Amino acid sequence: MTPNVVKRPLQLNAQGQLRHFLSLDGLSRELLTEILDTADSFLEVGTRSVKKVPLLRGKTVCNVFFENSTRTRTTFEMAAQRLSADVITLNVSTSSTSKGETLFDTLRNLEAMAADMFVVRHADSGAAHFIAEHVCPDVAVINGGDGRHAHPTQGMLDMLTIRRHKGGFENLSVAIVGDILHSRVARSDMLALQTLGCRDIRVIGPKTLLPVGLEQYGARVFHDMAEGLKDVDVIVMLRLQRERMQGGLLPSQGEFYRLYGLSTARLAVAKPDAIVMHPGPINRGVEIESAVADGSQSVILNQVTYGIAVRMAVLSMAMSGQTAQRQLTSESASEEQN
Amino acid sequence: MRTRILGARVIDPSSGLDQVGDIHLEKGKIVALGQAPAGFEAEREIDARGLVAAPGLVDLSVALREPGYSRKGNIASETRAAAAGGVTSLCCPPQTKPVLDTPAVAELIIDRAREAGHTKVHPVGALAKGLEGEQLAELVALRDAGCVAFGNGLAPFAGNRYLRRALEYAATFNLTVVFHSQDAALAEGGLAHEGPTANFLGLAGIPETAETVALARDLLLVEQAGVRAHFSQLTTARGAQMIAEAQARGLPVTADVALYQLILTDKALADFSSLYHVQPPLRSRADRDGLREAVKRGVIQAISSHHQPHEPDAKLAPFGDTEPGISSAELLLPLAMTLVQEGLLDLPTLLARLTCGPAKALRLPAGRLAAGAPADLVLFDPQASTLAGERWLSRGRNCPFMGHVLPGAVRYTLLDGRISYQA
Repeated sequence: MTPNVVKRPLQLNAQGQLRHFLSLDGLSRELLTEILDTADSFLEVGTRSVKKVPLLRGKTVCNVFFENSTRTRTTFEMAAQRLSADVITLNVSTSSTSKGETLFDTLRNLEAMAADMFVVRHADSGAAHFIAEHVCPDVAVINGGDGRHAHPTQGMLDMLTIRRHKGGFENLSVAIVGDILHSRVARSDMLALQTLGCRDIRVIGPKTLLPVGLEQYGARVFHDMAEGLKDVDVIVMLRLQRERMQGGLLPSQGEFYRLYGLSTARLAVAKPDAIVMHPGPINRGVEIESAVADGSQSVILNQVTYGIAVRMAVLSMAMSGQTAQRQLTSESASEEQN
Repeated sequence: MRTRILGARVIDPSSGLDQVGDIHLEKGKIVALGQAPAGFEAEREIDARGLVAAPGLVDLSVALREPGYSRKGNIASETRAAAAGGVTSLCCPPQTKPVLDTPAVAELIIDRAREAGHTKVHPVGALAKGLEGEQLAELVALRDAGCVAFGNGLAPFAGNRYLRRALEYAATFNLTVVFHSQDAALAEGGLAHEGPTANFLGLAGIPETAETVALARDLLLVEQAGVRAHFSQLTTARGAQMIAEAQARGLPVTADVALYQLILTDKALADFSSLYHVQPPLRSRADRDGLREAVKRGVIQAISSHHQPHEPDAKLAPFGDTEPGISSAELLLPLAMTLVQEGLLDLPTLLARLTCGPAKALRLPAGRLAAGAPADLVLFDPQASTLAGERWLSRGRNCPFMGHVLPGAVRYTLLDGRISYQA
């Protein structure tokens, strides 16, 4: 049997630039660094009195959220606005799909309204890939979170946070704590850390919340919090959904907090200058103690600020990569006609 | 029509025959292999020099989608596709609408298949009414209507007590039960083999134990009930090993595997391609290799297409919202020939798993070449190749092998001496 033709990565154009942003899989260290550098330059925009640059002027960015979100949706809106784009936000979970319209039809309709870019959040893993491959390949698709699979802008804003506070990745120990199994943030963080050269990635949790195959991310598994947090530079806490108790994955919130909650005492085993991160929204007293969340080592609110800059970087880069691809395609089409 | 098939390499795995010679057909039967009977004058001659003549293939699972799912396929279209794959006898599973749990549905399927005339069709009836897992279907009435075996697919029984009773009832009448052993609770919500690939993609996993836990229970209940049992669509190496152990203890159980399961692994899911969404799922390379070994050793007697055609929309959604299944009955022979090409099986062994193996498992009157047997044959060129999808007969184009060049090409399929497919 002849092997499949090796496909060009879906999210890159012929010149290797970003044209969609679906996951961090297959993206080079150079590209991730470019995103971080671009985001760094946009951070300055947020401190001006006029917080706008004209990079996406005349473009329409459509936020299509099939799942509820406040923080991600809002920061994407702000990012697009600061790039001077027109922004439309649709919460589809409460509109057309409940009338039986398929994802395919919803997106096709929006495309017909001349959207230039979609930011999509969906409960199914692979939804953003599906849209980029089968629904509207000519519109830049940004994954705002798909099922358990990926949340690449969160991954990159976490990396920006780490880089700004720790200077780099190579000599850091990073621990990700809690519900790894259901977490797209954990998957994107692990991939980003691995690509950026972090040599000590640790995941901490009970077996019921850890998926198989964590070695592929270069991650080491710990079941004991004190052991896993020992001398780490960065702690990423994950949100614990309440429904995990009903599924028999955990006995109770109380027991989870006793074993895996980040308290002041637990934090003490990490390096004294360790930073504490959380993608939000936080559950105080479930996975993190208030004193830690609000304490001097917490960078949770910085993450939100950086999130806008990272999303500005990704939106502008994907738009320019997609535009370049369209030009390439139309040029080669006209060459063929000649 | 009196037909002479001239100069083929005649392979009949059931008798061990493998030699170049002629085959003579009359009135829908094989009248002689080798020398023509006295006074035989052929009205038609098929020049089969360079071709292999084998019993028509027997496919234990081809979803015909009729009645109830005509947007996916129908009896005429899917049996025609199967004939192109070299098939002359096939079994269709009971997941129709209405469910194949009444003689009326069985008769409808058999009648329409006979009318279409592409392959013989032997329905597998529902073991429980509506596939719901409590009330038994009228198994004897279904048998009398033509059902050759009974199964519940992946739908679970309401409890082990109900399953046990169903098996004992079936055993009373020496009926064959077909199992798709997968524990519904362990598999619940799962979309892919629980392993690194599913984790990487964020797809909920179906653990190996979903198969092995159910299989262990099923084997114990089969042993106690003394029922004839066939285990369909094995996916794990461990499961195949459990079947081998049961056979070694003297339990007369048989098994089949989906052909695609011998070729693909869960790695194929890497792009979220819904074409690879199947249930039970594609598993690891070690599982695939274990299944291959079991096929080679004869622990698994049958290779089937587990053909499941779909309309395009069924696959046009994010992975988890798509319907599982691969349409590949019409590639059965060339796709299976890849196992010979790769050196896993010799040609007679492969043909055994595609003809007499499955026929014996479900006691079908098919799968052998002998004087007096029905003239159901496939003639194929083992040196030629098939470009998958160059022609496509199934209503379902959901086939991940489209565009692949496969070894071997079916030239003729004969059903009761009549050409049912010609390339």
